[in-house]
Amino acid sequence: MSESIPLVKEPVSLMPTLEQRNRLRRLRKFKDGLSRYGVMTAGMAVVFSLGLIFFYLFSEIAPLFRGASVEIVKTYTPEALHQAPEDKTEFLTLERYEEIGGNFKRSGAVSFFTVDDGKTLLSAQMPKPETAEFSVMATSTADHGLVAYGYSNGQVAVAKTEYELSYPNDKRQITPSLAFPLGDQPIQLDAQGSALKVLAIQQTSSGTLIGALTADNRLLLGVFSSSSNLITGAVMLEQEVFTLPPLPQGVTATHMQIDEGAQHLVVATDKSQIILYKIVNPSAAERKDAVVVPNGKITAMQFLVGTGSLVVGTSEGHVSQWFLVRDPHNEYHVTHVRDFESLNGAITGFAPEFARRGFWAGDDKGNIGIYFGTSQRTLLVESVSDKSINKIAISPINNRALLIDDSKNLSLLDVWNKHPEVSFSSLWQKVWYEGRDAPEYIWQASSGSDNFEAKMSFVPLSLGTLKAAFFAILFAVPLGVMGAIYTAYFMTPKLRGIVKPTIEIMAALPTVILGFLAGLWLAPFMENHLPAIFSILILLPVIMLVTGFAWSKCPENIRNKMPEGWEAVIVILPIIATVWACVALSPLAEVWFFDGSMRQWFTDNGVNYDQRNALVVGIIMGFAVIPSIFSIAEDAVFSVPRHLTQGSLALGATPWQTMVGVVLPTASPGIFSAVMMGFGRAVGETMIVLMATGNSPVVNFNIFEGMRTLSANIAVELPETAVGSTHFRVLFLAALVLLALTFVVNTLAEVIRQRLRQRYSNL
Amino acid sequence: MKNLLKRKTSWFSSGSPWIWLNGGAVAICMLMVLGLLGLIAVRGFGHFWPADILQTTIVDRDGKSQIVMGEAVRDEIISAAVARDGGYTVAADVELITRHLFKMGNRDVNGRDFAWFLDTGMGKWEYPADAISIERREWGNFYGYPVAIKEHDNIVSELSGSDFWEQLDQRLHRALELHDKIHRIEKVDIGRINNQMDELRLERRRLELDGITGAQMASADAQLAERRAALEAEYDVIKKERDEILAQATRDKLIARTADGKEVVVAFDHIVRVTRPNEMGVFAKSVQYLDRFWEFMTDEPREANTEGGIFPAIFGTLTMVIVMSIMVTPFGVLAAIYLREYAKQGTFLKIIRISVYNLAGVPSIVYGVFGLGFFVYTLGGNLDELFYTESLPSPTFGTPGLFWASLTLALLTLPIVIVSTEEGLSRIPSTIRQGSLALGATKAETLWKVVVPLATPAMMTGLILAIARAAGEVAPLMLVGVVKLAPALPVDGNYPYLHLDQKIMHLGFHIYDVGFQSPNVEAARPLVYATSLTLVLLIIALNISAIKIRNNLREKYRSASD
Repeated sequence: MSESIPLVKEPVSLMPTLEQRNRLRRLRKFKDGLSRYGVMTAGMAVVFSLGLIFFYLFSEIAPLFRGASVEIVKTYTPEALHQAPEDKTEFLTLERYEEIGGNFKRSGAVSFFTVDDGKTLLSAQMPKPETAEFSVMATSTADHGLVAYGYSNGQVAVAKTEYELSYPNDKRQITPSLAFPLGDQPIQLDAQGSALKVLAIQQTSSGTLIGALTADNRLLLGVFSSSSNLITGAVMLEQEVFTLPPLPQGVTATHMQIDEGAQHLVVATDKSQIILYKIVNPSAAERKDAVVVPNGKITAMQFLVGTGSLVVGTSEGHVSQWFLVRDPHNEYHVTHVRDFESLNGAITGFAPEFARRGFWAGDDKGNIGIYFGTSQRTLLVESVSDKSINKIAISPINNRALLIDDSKNLSLLDVWNKHPEVSFSSLWQKVWYEGRDAPEYIWQASSGSDNFEAKMSFVPLSLGTLKAAFFAILFAVPLGVMGAIYTAYFMTPKLRGIVKPTIEIMAALPTVILGFLAGLWLAPFMENHLPAIFSILILLPVIMLVTGFAWSKCPENIRNKMPEGWEAVIVILPIIATVWACVALSPLAEVWFFDGSMRQWFTDNGVNYDQRNALVVGIIMGFAVIPSIFSIAEDAVFSVPRHLTQGSLALGATPWQTMVGVVLPTASPGIFSAVMMGFGRAVGETMIVLMATGNSPVVNFNIFEGMRTLSANIAVELPETAVGSTHFRVLFLAALVLLALTFVVNTLAEVIRQRLRQRYSNL
Repeated sequence: MKNLLKRKTSWFSSGSPWIWLNGGAVAICMLMVLGLLGLIAVRGFGHFWPADILQTTIVDRDGKSQIVMGEAVRDEIISAAVARDGGYTVAADVELITRHLFKMGNRDVNGRDFAWFLDTGMGKWEYPADAISIERREWGNFYGYPVAIKEHDNIVSELSGSDFWEQLDQRLHRALELHDKIHRIEKVDIGRINNQMDELRLERRRLELDGITGAQMASADAQLAERRAALEAEYDVIKKERDEILAQATRDKLIARTADGKEVVVAFDHIVRVTRPNEMGVFAKSVQYLDRFWEFMTDEPREANTEGGIFPAIFGTLTMVIVMSIMVTPFGVLAAIYLREYAKQGTFLKIIRISVYNLAGVPSIVYGVFGLGFFVYTLGGNLDELFYTESLPSPTFGTPGLFWASLTLALLTLPIVIVSTEEGLSRIPSTIRQGSLALGATKAETLWKVVVPLATPAMMTGLILAIARAAGEVAPLMLVGVVKLAPALPVDGNYPYLHLDQKIMHLGFHIYDVGFQSPNVEAARPLVYATSLTLVLLIIALNISAIKIRNNLREKYRSASD
């Protein structure tokens, strides 16, 4: 370039002009700033998104621990209630779409109305004898929807609310109707025509059961079944009325309930007792012992859905839950299970939820309480009126409720009560579930049946997680740590260069492959070669020592051929030989010592043996954990400063004495941190436990049984749950528990490691 | 004697036994590692070797003699007591018995294709030269003897004929070609038409959602109907072509006889391969071995994944890993640069750094849960409502799929890339940095022109480790987008070519699914070993290359930092 410039002229500067330089400088400054803020934004975004994991998981589980809330949308008096203000409401109901309510009055007038504006859609009438007066009312469990009226002449009328769904013009239309499953005429329950004082009705597989107490204190049980004639369409009613054993002298009943299995009739008395009648065979019914309910007189009693448990309310506002518990002689007893937060006034009634073990209670001071059985939660206690609460109706999907108080005011409530099933005690403590003899830890979150009581205890899962991790650590720590010590300190550098990367590569081996080998290769192999497994575990250390001792006895010239640091290579052959011999002799050992099959021998001796058990998981997961432990422990031992060890050796200590006296004390925090890391990995491992255990949530530490871990449980159940359900959120909680656990363990290990590194640099 | 005792105690007190025990631990670790890899390699590679077909007689439980034919899979020694419990009569003085597992095939004839037979009472093992094994598209393998070839209903060649094997080969070749043709038509052509039809339906729905009505809608409808008619006409042509080929393909049938004399007719269009392993030499077997291996790597699975190839799984794994790399690399590298170069060093940063490092140790299933809840349901659900309203209520991105799987894995591997890149950045001597700054370069210039290029190998290491981890991870994928059998590959010839919303197959999940969810575990086992082998080789190769790059990097800077 310079050639083209004539020499005589003043040379043109090759530097950019001032303006150009300024422009360039501005550009560079802009680029610098761009880079700075670009990188900062991206970096913070990444850190934020990693932090988001925590926040998101928290936000998903937060609703679990929120109580319930209700909001009064409006309070009004519907048309139907205007007409005869003195005619008390006996029963209130709300259908599935939460649009239509039903109101049953003492006079037998039934009205269905839209809940938003109180407009009457349909008026109907309960069958009523001409001469008699209304005396008592009863309902079956909510899902059957039966309502029975008892009259002063011993007659009973039964009705059922029905809703028909249709879609004219693509809009949903619900048509309510009142059906009479036992015919549209009252039925004579008491042949003597005495007034009915207390009534109970239930739909069972053997027909409709109606229990009643007459004014002269006789207990009656009617069994009704209707069948419609195929040809004429006429309804045939079969009925049979039994007289049950009388109540104890001087006692009269106040409430009565019948279970869906048609096995028991429960009576609450004016002496605060609950008396159980066994009505499996109604003609030979038995009266059982009475149980006394404390805290005042019984003012309300109600079966929850599934009729496995009763809730009882007293005049002091006390609310408690009672089970029918079977004793070893197959006899049932009413047993107190749990108490809930009391209301201020006397309990006036319960409204059980349709598909889960929740219920509402109202008292005579205008308070309502929302409770849940399994989790023993009192979700809400709130004053909604200044009058006594007369009736409560909850919809089957629990989003709205109706309640009516003594001033005939109807309130429409919006309800938020989505996750009452979970509480700290239901997750971590023993819970008494319906149909069980005693409180237990159970995980069984779902089932085909609608009336299923979800059992969500984290104890079996956590215990399974710890069990798997414990056996894995038990197997991995000796091998990993001892191997690390040898590799870092005794092994020749050449060998170390091969051994270390080989074992470290194992850390990257997909666990699905390990799981597959565990489930399809090791588990069946172990089942068939149990003696081999145990003899290998015992014999291997022995054979190492024997080899070592034999080696020390070898003539000098052979020993000199192999320099120090090759012990690991020398023991390889004896180890292989031992393993081979153990496996080969295993069938013989079974024949000689265990009658042909050690597995069978275990079973005969009362030890449960699953093919996919904790031993298999321990070995294979130990295998997955060894590289983590080995790698970190080896680093810790290897980076112990050489001058320490050399000083010790120079003072005459043997290599092992140096190891125990100098190296191990220095490196022990590192080794500890290695074990922690290994533990962290074992706790979160999913595929191996998923494939190599039976995934049954057992609560024991038996090495020959399987387990179900938190992580495997998530993998199995999460794809099949409904989004946003309690089960879904509980699985998120399980994930959060795992995250927190491993995060704490890893942080601890990391902090220890950093401290150690500092210590080394100071030495 | 005393001397020996003294030596013995001195051997013990010197601590040598402990050293031997420690050495033994290393030996066990190494043996386990190598044994495991060996087991997978032997079983995996062995899967493709054409096994000889043996024929022998056995005595069954009722004491009846019976001819069986098949491949010997393995044998084991059991105690006589177990055999007696199983209902066999075993002489009283016998304690141990060998039993053999045979793969007998012929599931359509026998009902079960694997069976254990006791050694006692078993005849001599023979390897008849004429025995063939037919790999079929349905019912698994067939073992037996060929009898004749039928074209339509006429026998054209019999076993005794001189050109029988040639005829068999030719006709099989023809059948396979026809099958390929049909397959191509069904997958490519009909797939494309279906895709376009679906597009038309969505277009209509989009117009509806845009609130177009009346005359405008009518004209749009007419136009759509026209296009639909064109597609239908095209479809009819293709379908006709396919039906013709289908008719041709059913021309030939092979009549074969099982070992115990039952005759079976196998249509040629159901045959994948016919071999005579007992006739083949080592060379012929090797050729066949490679052929089968190739088929395994490039073909689609058959029979509920228990036979055929694993190509969709390999392809799915690779696609997912590539999409993941595209997402994780820039963010991981930028985050590392931020943490190392721009962020204010202090306690807070230390906490963040430890937290990020620890996220590498968080169980992968947790990421899966997060991915399902946040990415799929929250992000995906909202995306659908914003951009894919026309296909609602069937979700587009609101369901597990390739994109979410990749994104979840990107999050999972982010800490790995960050850690590795940071390590690389910290290894660059500060003298280099200072030199650049001293020459007047800005921070950005120093960073992007000096530091980052020097740290590239570290980033590569991080990326490779991330890929290796992602390729082997299964648990989170079960939640966010991997299925046992995907109907189509995520990349195809239909717009937009890469289908991020599609569900994919994955090698790791394939292992889990075939090994544990398949109805015929014994038949699936060799395939699982082969799949495992593929995955292991892939991951070990990735890891070794990462280690090599890391070592080179260390060597390179050792001199610079001195």
